[in-house]
Amino acid sequence: MSVVIWDLDTDKVINRLKEGKRIDERAFDEYREIKLQKQISENADGSARVQLGETDIIAGVKFELGKPYPDTPEEGTMSVNSELLPLASPTFEFGPPSVESVELARVVDRGIRESKCMDFKSFCIREKELAYTANIDIYVVNYAGNLFDASAFAAIDALAETKLPKVEEDKLVAGEYSGKLKLSRKPILGTFAKISNNIVLDPNLAEEKAMNARFSVSTTEDEMLCAFQKGMGGSFTSAELSSMLDIALKKGKELRKLL
Amino acid sequence: MSKKKEVLEYVDKEGKRTDGRKADELRAIKIEAGVLPRADGSAYLEWGQNKVLAAVYGPREVIPKHHANPYKAIVRYAYRMASFSVPERKNPRPGRRELEISKVSGEALEKAIFLERFPNTAIDVFVEVLDSNAGTRIAALTAASVALADAGIPMRDMVSGVAIGKISGNLVLDLNKHEEDAPDAVDMPLAVLPNSEEIVLLQMDGLLKRSDWENAFELGMTGCKKVYELQKAALKKKYEIANGDEQK
Repeated sequence: MSVVIWDLDTDKVINRLKEGKRIDERAFDEYREIKLQKQISENADGSARVQLGETDIIAGVKFELGKPYPDTPEEGTMSVNSELLPLASPTFEFGPPSVESVELARVVDRGIRESKCMDFKSFCIREKELAYTANIDIYVVNYAGNLFDASAFAAIDALAETKLPKVEEDKLVAGEYSGKLKLSRKPILGTFAKISNNIVLDPNLAEEKAMNARFSVSTTEDEMLCAFQKGMGGSFTSAELSSMLDIALKKGKELRKLL
Repeated sequence: MSKKKEVLEYVDKEGKRTDGRKADELRAIKIEAGVLPRADGSAYLEWGQNKVLAAVYGPREVIPKHHANPYKAIVRYAYRMASFSVPERKNPRPGRRELEISKVSGEALEKAIFLERFPNTAIDVFVEVLDSNAGTRIAALTAASVALADAGIPMRDMVSGVAIGKISGNLVLDLNKHEEDAPDAVDMPLAVLPNSEEIVLLQMDGLLKRSDWENAFELGMTGCKKVYELQKAALKKKYEIANGDEQK
């Protein structure tokens, strides 16, 4: 049943694009409406909820203490995890993380990590022995397309609100903080869908079903590109890449103002 | 600590890198097609210190059945690293990195194969990394593409890849591990269909200027075309040997 409905929707998306229009009347380089709610969890060290159209994401940051990695003895670290909650879509199920969920978490991770926005040296409490790890957990609560951008936006927004917990006798003190987390940059992810040779920013659910290739790029305020990810079975040309990079830099600036 | 002192020395005044290569020079690559008797197609590839084995099975029945696509074949790609292939022993269980690489690599092959000719089937590609020194996902994909052709699967084009890097401000091809570990390194794995120059795999880590993209891609394309020639040569060589045997 649902397969046939998707086939009809896919036809509709493609036919509208032939007329130069998107199914929801947006411009090709236009995001859906973005709603942002800061600090939605009191127990989190930082949190945010982002609604991108109907896509709904909650991100929370929690610090833990751990031993630094042997190759970076003076640094703490970060990790990103994503949960595609079954309440978010009829296609999500409990169980071990799906490949989609792994890819989502890793793309969000790279977008933040590679921008070098956090000073991992400042996470170190005692060299070789004790350092903070920032755990960024992303919960998808409604899936309506473009989880990548919504998740990355929720994650950077949660980090912008994050406070570092106090440490006493090598333990975190619950509810007490030593200061705000410093972010030197705010990377923004921009994701494009290629649908029968048209390229659109921020694909919605129907557009995602119709797309044959996907490209994401993380951009910073100093006009740097810090992570790429191409996905799906289709292909891009070099010229298409150039145009997507320009749009992502421009739209990244606009989104960053909302933070 | 020692890394920091070397930052400015990754590319010297003559444009030579620490291992003596020029900016656009690949490490030594050796490819052999048809190395695993049981597989429908296979390849062994050495790329610098990287060593990978690739095997293709299929098109064959999809199990579990509900994964089958009634319109085309599905590609199932498994990139795995042997426990001993890295400096510190790796847990043989596939990690998140391997799952992600498998996903994007399998997707990169889709455009190259006439999948619509084999509905309801699976084309399984298994790649095992036996030794590693940066650039294994591209080495694996390059070998997988040769194995697919060796299996006689109808293809639009090969998939040829290379990693483009930027170290201490210089765009270079095919980073080795020492270069990849540079604090300011940019690593950009790229795979294309060499005849149409379409991009089928593209990832990037590190801080890259917008204005670098066009040059980086052009450099990458020259590398991919070199790899393509080596892939074709490996496939031809398999049959040259057979001809030689006949003459004896």
